[in-house]
Amino acid sequence: MKWNRKHLLGLEDLSQEEIEYILKTAESFKDISIRPIKKVPALRGKTIATVFFEPSTRTRTSFELAAKRLSADTLSITAIASSVVKGESLKDTVRNLEALKVDCMIVRHECSGVPHLISRYLEASVVNAGDGSHEHPTQALVDLFTILEKKKTLEGLKVVIVGDILHSRVARSNIFGMTKLRMNVQVVGPRTLIPKEIERLGVSVSHRLDDVIPEADVLMFLRIQSERQKKNLFPSLREYSENYGMSIQRLKNTKPDCLIMHPGPINRGIELASEVADGPQSVILDQVTNGLAVRMAVLFLVAGGGE
Amino acid sequence: MSTSLLIQKGRIVDPSQNIDEVLDLLIENGKIQKIAKNISAGEVEIFDARGKIVAPGFIDLHVHFREPGFEHKETILTGMRSAAMGGFTAVCCMPNTEPAMDEPGTVGFVLLKAKEGNLIRVYPIGAATRGREGKVMTEIGHLKKAGVIAISDDGEPIYDAYMMRRVMEYAHMFGLKVIDHCEDKNLSQQGVMNEGYMSTLLGLTGIPSVAEEVMVMRDILMSQYTQIPVHLAHLSTRGSVDLVRWAKAKGLPVTAETAPHYFSLSDEEMTSYRTEFKMNPPLRTREDVKAIQEGLKDGTLDAIATDHAPHQEVEKEVEFDMAPFGIIGLETSVGLGLNHLVHPGILTLSKWIDKMSCRPAQILNLPGGNLRVGENGDVTILDLGKEWSVGEIPFESKSKNSPFREIKLKGKAVGTIVGGRVVMRDGEVISKIKDQKSK
Ligand SMILES: [Zn+2]
Repeated sequence: MKWNRKHLLGLEDLSQEEIEYILKTAESFKDISIRPIKKVPALRGKTIATVFFEPSTRTRTSFELAAKRLSADTLSITAIASSVVKGESLKDTVRNLEALKVDCMIVRHECSGVPHLISRYLEASVVNAGDGSHEHPTQALVDLFTILEKKKTLEGLKVVIVGDILHSRVARSNIFGMTKLRMNVQVVGPRTLIPKEIERLGVSVSHRLDDVIPEADVLMFLRIQSERQKKNLFPSLREYSENYGMSIQRLKNTKPDCLIMHPGPINRGIELASEVADGPQSVILDQVTNGLAVRMAVLFLVAGGGE
Repeated sequence: MSTSLLIQKGRIVDPSQNIDEVLDLLIENGKIQKIAKNISAGEVEIFDARGKIVAPGFIDLHVHFREPGFEHKETILTGMRSAAMGGFTAVCCMPNTEPAMDEPGTVGFVLLKAKEGNLIRVYPIGAATRGREGKVMTEIGHLKKAGVIAISDDGEPIYDAYMMRRVMEYAHMFGLKVIDHCEDKNLSQQGVMNEGYMSTLLGLTGIPSVAEEVMVMRDILMSQYTQIPVHLAHLSTRGSVDLVRWAKAKGLPVTAETAPHYFSLSDEEMTSYRTEFKMNPPLRTREDVKAIQEGLKDGTLDAIATDHAPHQEVEKEVEFDMAPFGIIGLETSVGLGLNHLVHPGILTLSKWIDKMSCRPAQILNLPGGNLRVGENGDVTILDLGKEWSVGEIPFESKSKNSPFREIKLKGKAVGTIVGGRVVMRDGEVISKIKDQKSK
């Protein structure tokens, strides 16, 4: 297949073939990271900017390293999110950047839809590195890649995503990707953190983690934000952890080959007990490693290296 | 200068008198003089209305003209031009200006600007509470003397139920109706679109339909308890329609309006994060759109008001979460009503005209809303077959925040006549004064 998308805004509008193509491309990039010289000239002469309106060291580092390994020039901009605060509109900010002849912008923003908005104003490619509660496509691709690596297949696997589904862009991107690849997805969390009509995205819903643990092939835990407590979405972190945290006892009820995943950073003792996070079923560090290969693949494809 | 106008051979549709036939209409000295076949008059200006509909002048119960305070979005003059272009002979403007229309001086200023502009009739709505803050009742008696025709804190609900009760009781003594923006702000939180499948898909914070409905119910109960009329603004949900239907069945003095976007668009059109689709209340589901149409059909919803809410393009070219709520509506209302209600057969032409003119006049006890002899010569002329594309000629409004840009419509207002004077003809506003349009 031939790749002909300029942007990666989300997994919702990608086809099954396109997702599989990215995963395949990522596989070929994975070897580069274990070579003594970890660099290829695929994007030499291209300029890639990370434009983060919301801080995230992990994702930004992963993208920057991916760009460097493809020999692109990189530029890192951290801006204050609110155009009101800054007195400069989002449109002006990104147009100024483009005037520096940037070929590809990797954008993270606390508001949903910003990468879509930006892609309408620019000639450059736009890669969504997380927008509000909407999508985080490369994280979901990393998750798919990691599951595929461990399980050798995706179709028919049962994935349980646990936690704050309402605000999670990781959950949405995973749901879009996984349902396209014919995986069974169930979301689990308190009623207050499950968005309305999510079943229409092709997933089932449960509020009881213990009920679903025994059948899961993958248990994916999401980071819980304590500020949700202030909004009365749940009463306390302690009660949350009691109901939705992965403890040693709960681990005993999993299938022996059930994978434990988390997009990081973990609240140890809340979403995952330390013994679980560091235990043999955890693939959390594989997710980090694979992040590089997947992001290299994405940049290679959208920034024109695919030609 | 001629003070007589003869509108010839148009199909006159006046629901208030059950007229629907081709007749002539003569206006003299600003008043309707005669409706009959083949009126012959001497030295009069002629408006050839052959093939057109001649309706009582359209009245919009709910517009935001932004002056004073936000003249970059709209002024009273540009707002009036926009209204004239859209076929409106009168509008009621909401008090969420800066300062708010909470004292006679501001009301007087608005009326003065409207008089200077001299195009259509502008009726100011006074604020219910000082600064629209919900804390201290305005001097409603003074506001009435200054010229307000209703009371509202629109943009905000009258949130405190006790305040709502007292404002209703007090305003009623002066013959003024309270118009409420029904929204429980605790339920709507920081929401930016309807809560449902689409907000889940887009990851945007939702405003649940129940945020509107609990306030609709509160206002209905308040009206039942006090036996005082209340008017509910821009209803958007099936639940609201059901509640108003229930109230009307009980004979309560509750009236309600909806806006053209609620019967023509659903939240499913919002996939692209375009901020032109951001408004409050938000676009709801297809189910709700159907319920709004049903509510208009069975008379539960009395009137169609635009909630014309101008914002500059730069203010809307921002993150969806940060964009202001609201769309302009005066220049698209007629086209949308014809395309989504009349042409598909949901409302007869006469029933739709009733909701654009007669009912609005009745609800707020305004002049007009009919073509009876002796009434103001306010007339809207329609061409039902005219095909046009929204925005192909620039909006008269200072702003262009419309989700309908480039949409093709069939049917348009082609004449606006106020007190016997033609203020818009064939898409051209006829006025001596021009306002500097900002870019
Ligand atoms: Zn309102």
